Amino acid sequence: MYHHKTIAELSRGLAAGEYTSEQLTRHFLQRIEVHGTALNCFITVTADEALTQAREADQRRARGEAGPLTGIPMVHKDIFCTDGVKTSCGSKMLDNFIAPYDATVVRKLKEAGMPLLGKANMDEFAMGSSNETSFYGPVKNPWNTGTVPGGSSGGSAAIVAARLAPLATGTDTGGSIRQPAALCGVTGLKPTYGRVSRYGMIAFASSLDQGGPMTGNAEDAAWVLNVMAGFDVRDSTSVEREVPDYRSGLERPLDGLRIGLPQEYFGEGLNIEVAKVIEVAIEQYKQLGAEVIEISLPNSKRSVPTYYVVAPAECSSNLSRFDGVRFGYRCEEPKDLEDLYKRSRGEGFGSEVKRRIMIGTYALSAGYYDAYYLKAQKMRHLISDDFKQAFESVDVIMGPTAPDVAFELGAKSDDPVSMYLSDIYTIAANLAGLPGMSIPAGFVNDLPVGLQIIGNYFDEARLLNVAHQYQQTTDWHTRTPDAFM
Amino acid sequence: MQWEVVIGLEIHAQLATRSKIFSAAATAYGTAPNTQACAVDLGLPGVLPVLNKEVVRMAAKFGLAIGARVAPRSVFARKNYFYPDLPKGYQISQFELPIVEGGHIDIDLEDGGSKRIDVTRAHLEEDAGKSLHEDFHGMTGIDLNRAGTPLLEIVSEPDMRSAKEAVAYMRKIHSLVRYLEICDGNMQEGSFRCDANVSVRPMGQEELGTRSELKNINSFRFVEKAINFEIERQIDVLEAGGKIIQETRLYDADKDITRAMRSKEEANDYRYFPDPDLLPVVIEPAFLDMVKATLPELPDEKRQRFVDEFGLGAYDAGVLTASREIAEYFEAVVVTVDGAAKLSANWVMGELTAALNKGGQDIADSPVSAQMLGGMILRISDNTISGKIAKEVFEAMWAGEGDADTVIEAKGLKQITDAGAIEPVIDEIIAANPGQVEQYRSGKDKLFGFFVGQVMKATQGKANPQQVNELLKTKLNG
Repeated sequence: MYHHKTIAELSRGLAAGEYTSEQLTRHFLQRIEVHGTALNCFITVTADEALTQAREADQRRARGEAGPLTGIPMVHKDIFCTDGVKTSCGSKMLDNFIAPYDATVVRKLKEAGMPLLGKANMDEFAMGSSNETSFYGPVKNPWNTGTVPGGSSGGSAAIVAARLAPLATGTDTGGSIRQPAALCGVTGLKPTYGRVSRYGMIAFASSLDQGGPMTGNAEDAAWVLNVMAGFDVRDSTSVEREVPDYRSGLERPLDGLRIGLPQEYFGEGLNIEVAKVIEVAIEQYKQLGAEVIEISLPNSKRSVPTYYVVAPAECSSNLSRFDGVRFGYRCEEPKDLEDLYKRSRGEGFGSEVKRRIMIGTYALSAGYYDAYYLKAQKMRHLISDDFKQAFESVDVIMGPTAPDVAFELGAKSDDPVSMYLSDIYTIAANLAGLPGMSIPAGFVNDLPVGLQIIGNYFDEARLLNVAHQYQQTTDWHTRTPDAFM
Repeated sequence: MQWEVVIGLEIHAQLATRSKIFSAAATAYGTAPNTQACAVDLGLPGVLPVLNKEVVRMAAKFGLAIGARVAPRSVFARKNYFYPDLPKGYQISQFELPIVEGGHIDIDLEDGGSKRIDVTRAHLEEDAGKSLHEDFHGMTGIDLNRAGTPLLEIVSEPDMRSAKEAVAYMRKIHSLVRYLEICDGNMQEGSFRCDANVSVRPMGQEELGTRSELKNINSFRFVEKAINFEIERQIDVLEAGGKIIQETRLYDADKDITRAMRSKEEANDYRYFPDPDLLPVVIEPAFLDMVKATLPELPDEKRQRFVDEFGLGAYDAGVLTASREIAEYFEAVVVTVDGAAKLSANWVMGELTAALNKGGQDIADSPVSAQMLGGMILRISDNTISGKIAKEVFEAMWAGEGDADTVIEAKGLKQITDAGAIEPVIDEIIAANPGQVEQYRSGKDKLFGFFVGQVMKATQGKANPQQVNELLKTKLNG
């Protein structure tokens, strides 16, 4: 069946004329129709557009102009602006917003010829670790619909896990690609900050946000990153640096690979069963020729508090444009300007978003700025320095992606701090701007466990190679929940 | 009590770029509302700012021209506040690390002396849009054409001690930014405007008094009036035993008063922080050298040269160099007349300026070109026409009747310098006015003018006045 094929296989099948993009697209649309509602993983399904684009892709192929991804359907997280298609960011605030332009990532994948199946559900404005803050309701984890898929790219993770699309884009500010990838058992890559353009990706925390692919395996991620990555004149923080062919290094053997295991990632708070799965995965790497080195990231325990100053501070400013004046939600019958602002924002934003705006506003206020924002920036440097030092003696760093497997829906909704700790292992890579991946490495209580791999700056090729080699000798990434076979 | 006035100015000069500071939208003035606002200017979700490098060059040029430090690294920061014409809910500005720091401007004082005004800093920022409160029946219209227009905010030290000094400083900056071609200086269109911080303190006191900030004044005249009103208001309050509260005030030109807008307590906490969407602006020494090479001769240098090279007085040189266009016009006249600089200065500052002012025209639009004016002055120098006749020639040139030689020829204005032609006229007048001749000869010197007038009248002003004087004297005294 098409939905069990990798992007690489689909690409070859299309090229060989075994099936058309229209057939593929119809197949996935049909799966979405069957499973989408139960998982609540889509905010918008763009069936007509997808079929039109699929036929265009087929025509393109007929003209001999097809690229490697042409004709393979995909999904965007609803944080990416899509021209003419609702772009809600999971919020009531943008429930009525039809983006008038394409994000750079959207444009690139469109130009590559990938039909867009729809827009994935997500935590509101990407703020959440369980997908429960979405205005459109929580996404269900395909492995157990009583549990959360993780967040904020929970819709994207669930879609790939349930094989409703071979690719969904995600964004990662503090773990929002890797943590849901782990909880849903898919492969997720957060590239180096600046590797993928942020233009058209609705900003949460500008200095941390980074878009990336969520796929069934590392090889697929490499194919997609080839298109997503690159400098963009529209994003001053994107880096002018050549994009390598990420596929070309996948087969490199891992002999002599130095893996760093930070002791801080295996301490208190980590589910012991999850730890065991990670240990087995590390053993597998040893079998593949890697060498394991114990390292320390002494400032990593400060990641969460640092993050919860920097990210809210930036979001408090980034979300100011949602004021009910030009687009998005506007309250009924505002009395005056102040009423317009207060009620539009009060009614348009959900509670987690408001909480972070409040925290961020406070952290940036006169008299508090030095104690919070400035101090957090200093902490960021220290955290980055830890990694710099570590990468002098190791090639990649590994550990659990999340401290536990998927938790039950509602279990942490009233306890924001416990929720924030879901990202304890992923946040540091964002603060440092480093690339990180999560790949499926086993199960605990029939729920997937993710192995996190953190690389040095712009070392995505190495990360993909390391992940791919593991996936050549294990089959965790091929597992599909029974209900979605 | 004797009060000392303390004034500092914040001048907003709109940089003369074709596109906006962070987007590719055009900056042209006066187009239909919201036709020059792109996705970035509208602050749509997901958009990002990209710095227009031209503004960096312009700011660096300004910094070099005032002897300031152009920062090798400056940082854009967000100034957060809500207003409907501020699309993103924050203004991108510079806060802790501005692009220009220090520098100074020398202004002329009324007593002929000069005074140095220190510039604290100049930073780059984007302008907001415009709220239109009329024509919308109880609603407000928003025009975002201006949103994202590049501004250079030039902040002075509180070095000025009177409204006149403040105006002199503002004029000097105005002249400078136009010399540098970084701002068109159009005050009516808001391309050059200022906020004035005004306070008073007892003479001799070190500590500054509480200030008020007068917002958005867009003419030299209003700056002077607004500051003077504010000074009097503050002194009145203090002398009545009251206190000045720190607040923002608006100048009402119709009533010639200032009104309170908001006090410090109501003021925003702008929550400045470095804009994570923009990289720091890094300026390499090589870039600065390149900018330096493009600096034109600056007003103060030009003025000194006019004094040295043309022998003009400091005042005349100052007037002629106040704008680059006038200075260039003047120099073109001087080239034509081959050195009659003082005479040229008088004509440029006199008849020409008066004619321009009358029609509200810029020198660029003058119907009398520098070459035409020079050609006419040449005819004064070579005695073809007198200064008085020249005014008639100038008027004819202004009216488009051709250059000086054409006008002189067509109207027969050529001066009579032939003594043989003037003498008979004088003889006739002496003969016709025996009574006056009698009185003059008995000591009534003042009557000399009467005879000159009669001769000029008889020759329709064309007789060379100097010759008339000499011949008359000889004949009357003889």
